[in-house]
Amino acid sequence: MKHLIQHIFLSGLMLMSLFTNAQQTPAGKQTETISITGVTAHVGNGTVVNNATIVFDNGVITEVGANVSPKGKIINAEGKHVYPGFITVNSTLGLGEVDAVRASMDVNEIGSISPNIRSLIAYNAESRVVESMRPNGVLMGQIVPRGGRLTGTSSVVQFDAWNWEDAAVKVDDALHLNWPNSFSRGRWWLGEPAGYSPNKNYSSEIETFKTFLTDAKIYAKTKPAKKNLAFEAVQGLFDGSQKLFIDATSEKEIIDAVTFAKEMGIDKVVLVGAYHAYKITDFLKQHNIPVVVGRTQSTPSFEDDDYDLPYKNPKLLHDAGLLVTINPGGRMERMNTRNLPFYAGQVVGQGMDKEDALKLITSNAAKILGIDDKYGTLEVGKSATLFISEGDALDMRGNVLSHAFIDGRNISLESHHTNLYQRYSNKFNEQQD
Amino acid sequence: MTRLTFSLLLFLWQISLFSQEYFPKNDGVSNNNSNYTAFTNATVYVNATQKIDNATLLIQNGKVLQVGTSVKLPENTKIINLEGKYIYPSFIDAYSDFGIEKPKRSAGFGRSPQYDPSRTGYYWNDHIMPEVNAADHFKFDDKKAKELVEAGFAAVGTHHHDGIARGTGMVVALNQNGNNGERILQEKATQHFSFSRSVVKNQSYPSSTMGTLALLRQMYHDADWYAKGNAKNKDLSLEALNKNKSLPAIFESKDKLNNLRADKVGDLFNIQYIIVGSGYEYENIKDVKATNATFIIPLNFPDAYDVSNPYQAEYVSLQDMRHWNQAPGNPKVLAENNVPFAFTTHDLKSAKEIISRIQKAISYGLDETTALKALTTVPASILNNNQIGNLNNGSFANFTITSGPIFDKGTTFYENWIQGEKHVINDLNQKDIRGDYNLNVAGKNYTMKLGGEISKPSIEITVDTIKYKSTIAYKDNWVEIGMTKDDELYRMTSIVSNTSDNLSGRLILPNGLASAFTATKTQAFESKKKDKKEESTPETVSVTYPNMAFGNNSLPKSQDMLFKNATVWTSEANGNLENTDVLVKNGKISKIGKNLSAGNAQVIDATGKHLTAGIIDEHSHLALSSVNEGGHNSSAEVKMEDVVDPDDIGVYRALAGGVTSAQLLHGSANPIGGRSAIVKFKWGENANNMIYSNSPKFIKFALGENVKQSNWGNTETARFPQTRMGVEQVYMDYFQQAKEYEAQKKSGKSFRYDEEMETLLEILNGERFISCHSYVQSEINMLMKVAESFNFKVNTFTHILEGYKVADIMKKHGVIGASTFSDWWAYKYEVNDAIPYNAAIMQNVGLNVAINSDDGEMIRRLNQEAAKTVKYGGVSEEEAWKMVTINPAKMLHIDNRTGSIKEGKDADLVLWNDHPLSLYAKPEKTIIDGAVYFDLEEDMKKRQAINEERNKLMKMMMDAKNGGGKTQTPTKRAERDFHCDTDHLFEGFQDHD
Repeated sequence: MKHLIQHIFLSGLMLMSLFTNAQQTPAGKQTETISITGVTAHVGNGTVVNNATIVFDNGVITEVGANVSPKGKIINAEGKHVYPGFITVNSTLGLGEVDAVRASMDVNEIGSISPNIRSLIAYNAESRVVESMRPNGVLMGQIVPRGGRLTGTSSVVQFDAWNWEDAAVKVDDALHLNWPNSFSRGRWWLGEPAGYSPNKNYSSEIETFKTFLTDAKIYAKTKPAKKNLAFEAVQGLFDGSQKLFIDATSEKEIIDAVTFAKEMGIDKVVLVGAYHAYKITDFLKQHNIPVVVGRTQSTPSFEDDDYDLPYKNPKLLHDAGLLVTINPGGRMERMNTRNLPFYAGQVVGQGMDKEDALKLITSNAAKILGIDDKYGTLEVGKSATLFISEGDALDMRGNVLSHAFIDGRNISLESHHTNLYQRYSNKFNEQQD
Repeated sequence: MTRLTFSLLLFLWQISLFSQEYFPKNDGVSNNNSNYTAFTNATVYVNATQKIDNATLLIQNGKVLQVGTSVKLPENTKIINLEGKYIYPSFIDAYSDFGIEKPKRSAGFGRSPQYDPSRTGYYWNDHIMPEVNAADHFKFDDKKAKELVEAGFAAVGTHHHDGIARGTGMVVALNQNGNNGERILQEKATQHFSFSRSVVKNQSYPSSTMGTLALLRQMYHDADWYAKGNAKNKDLSLEALNKNKSLPAIFESKDKLNNLRADKVGDLFNIQYIIVGSGYEYENIKDVKATNATFIIPLNFPDAYDVSNPYQAEYVSLQDMRHWNQAPGNPKVLAENNVPFAFTTHDLKSAKEIISRIQKAISYGLDETTALKALTTVPASILNNNQIGNLNNGSFANFTITSGPIFDKGTTFYENWIQGEKHVINDLNQKDIRGDYNLNVAGKNYTMKLGGEISKPSIEITVDTIKYKSTIAYKDNWVEIGMTKDDELYRMTSIVSNTSDNLSGRLILPNGLASAFTATKTQAFESKKKDKKEESTPETVSVTYPNMAFGNNSLPKSQDMLFKNATVWTSEANGNLENTDVLVKNGKISKIGKNLSAGNAQVIDATGKHLTAGIIDEHSHLALSSVNEGGHNSSAEVKMEDVVDPDDIGVYRALAGGVTSAQLLHGSANPIGGRSAIVKFKWGENANNMIYSNSPKFIKFALGENVKQSNWGNTETARFPQTRMGVEQVYMDYFQQAKEYEAQKKSGKSFRYDEEMETLLEILNGERFISCHSYVQSEINMLMKVAESFNFKVNTFTHILEGYKVADIMKKHGVIGASTFSDWWAYKYEVNDAIPYNAAIMQNVGLNVAINSDDGEMIRRLNQEAAKTVKYGGVSEEEAWKMVTINPAKMLHIDNRTGSIKEGKDADLVLWNDHPLSLYAKPEKTIIDGAVYFDLEEDMKKRQAINEERNKLMKMMMDAKNGGGKTQTPTKRAERDFHCDTDHLFEGFQDHD
């Protein structure tokens, strides 16, 4: 008992110290017209405007071009680069703070089929991890619950907010499915070999989920007095108001998953992970399936694979005409999402055009999330969610931000990290004086 | 006991050949039988190399009296005519657990770990059990004996398969008619060791391969010390070990690399182990040969993978496909290289498979004499017993009578005589009915062909090209034949007579009525042996180094080359040199300058390209078989050099990222970890050749959450320390012990040699450097103060994520290096204040800073991680580049050899297609000691070759399947994903970060 109290006390202490340093104060609404001049504008749709001026008012871009006359407050950024805010798809930012501290983790709910689980209400707008995204240009994301088969419902948020309501950009945009693994790992602790072998339960796992969806469809035909929260939560899949993101890896899993979704009458399907999607691009093109492909900075899954397969995977899919973005998921995924621009830049080294690589984390991401009417490019009429970088924002040496805006709001680029940097730089500078 | 079983036992007792003469007898009179038995007119193999045609073998009282062509037979001789038949010495399996109950796995998982031994009066580690004697646990297993006897075995060496030191093994004859008094040939014949912990005991140490090796070394040191009478306590384990010292020592390795590791331990103590191999010896046969060991080799050749489903086939790696193809050639490769070896049935599902496995090995080129030796004389010599495995005068009458040459397909094993006792396998007198017949059934004629083995004939009934389903059973002197025609069954039965070669007898028609049939023999059976010999040996693909995807066909060699017109990043004071040439000669950087002449060197146009020193990773866990010895809070006795695994695909991938050297560190499971291996990533070389010669000595220390086991789950609260306060005291305690150990050692009095203390002494004496895993400022400061109180310095703080808070104190202490992550944080509580500006601040304060990976993925992009210091904190590009080259070289004390482009240094170089700090850059060539270990163009060719070879092997596997061969489901090996926090407890891999 004493132990338990100690535990609670300790966890309490940890939480306190995590949350006492709240993030930088969110920026207020745009009150005056802002013009950024003299920049290379990377529009995010594959095009570049040199020596551009970008004007935005009330949070909306009003003009972009080389021959635009600046208005309102002028930010002279000559020689610098402007990009649309980067967007991360299939993220768990704000749901977990410190991996090893269980009390700080809200990523994985228990249960297998939990579509009614909603990420938005647990999204921590004051997360120090989220705060560390902004100085690298990552300004928005789709926040996804993990855990189980049908993990729940995601929402899209922007990364400078007081609370989750402020943060919400698109509420309950999609549901997320972990497709069964066709190969599963041996339970070594029961004496099975530790490697992978065909999953004997693969078909039955699919069947279980199929039964659930079929029941949910039938449920919707009447209006039963007794509500079923899970059935209610998936109806958007059938009327097209919500997308289904399916995490599947191998060729067989991908073909099974897409075929299954189409047969169930689910129109809007997005593939996640999809390590082997490059082998069946024709199939995916035929079914018009966008892909959130695994992160480029990861090791190949198979010993015999090309060492650079993860590096070039987005290019292989893009070249085949598919709509592609990059999945940040994996080990230490939240903190490393600030490297999203470099995940995209990695593909440039494989021969992808830089502006195409930029599309991966801007317009493509916006289209996949269904927010491309407002976000993802530097085009007139779109939200002024953008940033100014000293150089090439896809390369670490150029990715140095001077300004960033979300819906025209001039957001802080400070973080827990910059604060500590200043604190200790000052300490040692004073010592030297 | 029921009366029936009692009388059965009595019966067995009575048929025993040599009764034990001094045993009282109350069930009758003593009926001695000293008749002779002679086997005449046989082809006798006295041993594997000596064959006598038309010989007589004379035995009496279970022993061979004489064998030869002119043996005089006493009058009271029973004569068995074996005309046309063969006699071989019966087989021996030196590595068996026959008659010893399999140890039962204890339910240890999930419980709080046990750090102390569970017994007293024995060695301090439960996995060391030299006091166990197989004879004390032996119970003759009739069922298993029958299986072995029918496979041709007459004797086995058997022992208790549990633990690291397993005690003594015994030799037993498989005489099913005898009793243990007769059957036990040697009570203590061998001693046994292995790499596997006891499955019965739960003591945590050792939890790793390097821990196992260290424990074995310490065990021998302790045994020596004990033998000299220095111990105050009684230790029955060490007493037994000392007592059995002269027995042959058999080490179970069952792993390609463990073969060499076991031998290395033996070399230290002048013990030549007999090694139980893995079946992969063909991959590193030169190293295997260099052990000078005799091997016991399994014949568990893998079945072909069932690749008929292309989606599943993708999961099988090239190396696993190759092993299927190459493994049957393993015995041949051993034989060709004159490595002595015995076969064991231990890894076979049934001992009866042995002949078919050997036939397979023979078809892959193994010669029959070596095969026979591996079953007879070699195991006999391993067991130190010259009375088995041969038919010399005076040897045990252990022999097998066969219908033909023993390894020929179709040869029947008739009888296996053990200690002069007959064990019938097949009826010796059974007539050979094989051949072609004209079969007449219900007025119709058919062709019937009987083939297969004499005792198990096969049948084929045809008319022209139509084949009818048919069955045959042949037992004693009756044969039963079934034939299905038009869905109707005809049943026939006939006696086999010695006076006629034809068969005839009753026919039961489909309608149930009885009739008669005849089968007239038209042609005798002809063995197809000769045709078989003409069949070519199966195709095997080439072994590469390492033997897997992207392996080298031959080992890269140093070559002279001249890089023309490169941008040269020297990592020296002279900075970056534009349009400069670099000449590599004899593995060294020979000259740097403009317009150098190539001489005989190969010229490489590097215009527009960048040439840098190879990247050095101060902190890696690639190329290791295991990472953490977490069984003790100090494991200074373990050496990562013991467990370098050169066959890690991660090595090749790191080369593709421009890495040439790395420190392979112990994990962070305990405050005092293990000694490092500093290596060059020479892909294809063996572990020894990867490790630096005259390597600087390093050891891993660790602080914080991992050593406190904070994130290991609720059961892991038993090991000291559980707080940072305790961590300090671990160091104070161990260093104090080391000082006192040194005092004792210097005093000239007897002392117990302690490898752990010897290592700690090296630290105290400045001969070994610490690389300490560290996160928060308090603990960083603490370790420096501990070091100062013992008058040494901490060489390197690795990870050092709060180094920026105490950089000034570190500088004052004289820390040689701070090796950090570029931007990792938030994965555990102690990295909350980790900031990406850490490297820049520490550098500004004047520390020597490196960027490390601790990760098989990030090591591929350390150039990018260095570039992050430009972004975070504005480090200059040249300084940033030094953080992955000369700076880590300095902290590893290898900067006099590598880490920069300087005349006279090792030619460890990378040619980049772009600015090396650019995210878009990639290595085109990675060179170590002047040899090209990665080449982008070669890599493209290898990709193509892998694809082609996979297709080829898959086709061969499909052919094997379609030919009726057994298959296995496709599988994929578990990934290696070692990090600092990878914990090896309970054989599993738990990631704790």
